[in-house]
Amino acid sequence: MAIDPKKHEMPTQAPEVRAHNFSEVALGYSQETAVAEANRCLNCKNRPCVSGCPVNIHIPEFIAKVKEGDFEAAYQIINQTSSLPAVCGRVCPQENQCEKVCTLAKKFEAVGIGRLERFVADWHNAHATEKAQAPASNGHKVAIVGSGPSGLTCAGDLAKKGYKVSVFEALHTAGGVLVYGIPEFRLPKSIVAKEVETLKDLGVDIETNVIIGKTLTIDELFEMGYEAVFVGSGAGLPNFMNIPGESLKGVYSANEFLTRSNLMKAYLDDPKTPIMKGGKVAVVGGGNVAMDAARTALRLGAEKVYIVYRRSMEELPARKEEVEHAIEEGIDFRLLHNPVEILGYNNPDDPRDPKNGFVTGIRCVKMELGEPDASGRRRPVAIPGSEFELDVTAVVMAIGTSPNPLIKSTTKGLEVNSRGGIIVNEDGLTSREGVYAGGDAVTGAATVISAMGAGKVAAKSIDEYLSGK
Amino acid sequence: MYKIVRKRELNPTVTQMEIEAPLVAKKAKPGQFIILRVDEDGERIPLTVAGTDPEEGTVKIIFQIVGATTELLNHKNEGESIQDFVGPLGKATETDGIKKVCIVGGGVGCAIAMPVAQEFHRLGAEVTSIIGFRSKDLLILEDEFRACSDKLIVMTDDGSYARHGNVTVPLKEMLEAGEKFDMVIAIGPGIMMKFVVATCKPFGVPVTVSMNPIMIDGTGMCGGCRLTLNQDGKRVTKFACVDGPDFNGYEVDFDEAMSRGRMYFDYERHAHEEVCNLYKNA
Repeated sequence: MAIDPKKHEMPTQAPEVRAHNFSEVALGYSQETAVAEANRCLNCKNRPCVSGCPVNIHIPEFIAKVKEGDFEAAYQIINQTSSLPAVCGRVCPQENQCEKVCTLAKKFEAVGIGRLERFVADWHNAHATEKAQAPASNGHKVAIVGSGPSGLTCAGDLAKKGYKVSVFEALHTAGGVLVYGIPEFRLPKSIVAKEVETLKDLGVDIETNVIIGKTLTIDELFEMGYEAVFVGSGAGLPNFMNIPGESLKGVYSANEFLTRSNLMKAYLDDPKTPIMKGGKVAVVGGGNVAMDAARTALRLGAEKVYIVYRRSMEELPARKEEVEHAIEEGIDFRLLHNPVEILGYNNPDDPRDPKNGFVTGIRCVKMELGEPDASGRRRPVAIPGSEFELDVTAVVMAIGTSPNPLIKSTTKGLEVNSRGGIIVNEDGLTSREGVYAGGDAVTGAATVISAMGAGKVAAKSIDEYLSGK
Repeated sequence: MYKIVRKRELNPTVTQMEIEAPLVAKKAKPGQFIILRVDEDGERIPLTVAGTDPEEGTVKIIFQIVGATTELLNHKNEGESIQDFVGPLGKATETDGIKKVCIVGGGVGCAIAMPVAQEFHRLGAEVTSIIGFRSKDLLILEDEFRACSDKLIVMTDDGSYARHGNVTVPLKEMLEAGEKFDMVIAIGPGIMMKFVVATCKPFGVPVTVSMNPIMIDGTGMCGGCRLTLNQDGKRVTKFACVDGPDFNGYEVDFDEAMSRGRMYFDYERHAHEEVCNLYKNA
């Protein structure tokens, strides 16, 4: 049988429909499509995809089960190495990981590994009747700081080994960036809630409204009998560009904009938490967070949404599918553009004019690509005299974050680097005995899967550390 | 869920509650704040800690009914619970080396100023308190301030009680008379804090102000609470939730902070009316 050179298309909501709702964009494979896609896998000997995956999912094995139509068996294989398959199948940048190194990709399109993972996880969630069982306790207690992807992964891996795991979450809902950051249309909250429930079935205890570094310190966790701590406290304060006008009303960090819409449900018709809806919106940045913010603004009723990014399409760091979806939905990409000032309304005759201080526009300069910089990407250089203004009513800054300062400032002996990231060795161990860390708290803003990988490494190290005790 | 152990009306628009939250009660210090949600899907609002009872495990909050969320909160009764209560957040008020302090509180800001005055009193500092209100019926915490102040001056804007005028009047008089405060701490509306700073400036007295911008997570994640400080000729962005809420009054850009505070003014007024109508019709 000849191999189809293209992967099976992911069915999606039509762009003109989905641009006005918050329901999931990608609808998922049918059983027939999943089996057909699985049949494109060569089951090759060297299995490059497995090493391309940060959590080393046994990819050819689970795909082989999909071919047979044994979807539950496929799920169990994924579940051996990943605690959050329904999440990863949706948000991993597969084109840079497993699918990038797929043998098939040398000649054709790679196997749709992410789409198959999502199918298998969704199938399990829809059909599984048996709850996960908590294994026999090994008597050791571990505390996890933060319930984002790294924390949940670390918790899941340790719980499966019999550890008594408590996860401490600062916000009122578990999930971290999966609930406050990634929008409903890309990752439904019900899927995150389901993954969290599975962890609870495994015996993981989740304490919301506890801020480690404030409500309790890491030293107190040890006093309470926890023998090891994993810090997955995530992204911290948003970065701004330090250009004039960033404090005008209508300028948001992406974290604030997305938190209002996602966690606080400002996207609802009659929200308790306000957000600026409609108007014209410029989102500054080119990562996944920028795409999420732009597409959220569109769904909140914006008549026009720009992505303002200082490099070109080639350097755009967002996941390919998100960029394609954004373009289909009509987001206006202003590439090789850099903001120099945000403009606001000011009535010189009436200081009490209620319109005063609200955003009216953004002044940008056009850029060209020069010599490669330290990151290997060509450095954008401003073109003199190319400044112009875009009329907008809101600006969202999506240019990264720096790690959360609360834990560093209250934990003696915890070393951080110049950017505030917690320093860890290859085992995820920090400068403090028994304290491990991973995810954005270590690396600064990165991906869900790399955070999960770090949580996994730390879980393995914690297991080795405590079983030797 | 977090139980409301006691509730007391301080004036028709200001309510005091003691909430069961043992971990927060053990940790909270004057100047710090908490974030709460009244019910599922509710808004997160920051409120300053007005006192704690670590033994009982309760935290005192005092709030003015200004919007939809505080209206909802005020309709909760003793014995009922609120959905979420997290803290303590922010840095505690700096007390080191301050032997003689002037606490200036305006309106419901007095609820935040009170535990700060009590803390200085406990530490043995000489405490002068100036508290101001729009009128007599909005007066709160007079007895509490009297108990922890070596000198207390009460002001009303309309002269309906105690001395007529705003808080900067007696402050200026004292400074002109040669009072040497190690620190003036101003807590109240932005415009009041701005004028306290202006009053102190000619005398070179340091001023600490407590900022209360719009906030969401309160843990150093969203950046909504940012404000601008003028430091050595440079404009520096700071975040009230982790860098504050106390700041050097001479550095704060009050006009910008006050403007940002009005971002959702129309929305909030509308939302508050909706909640009021809900209770009116019930």
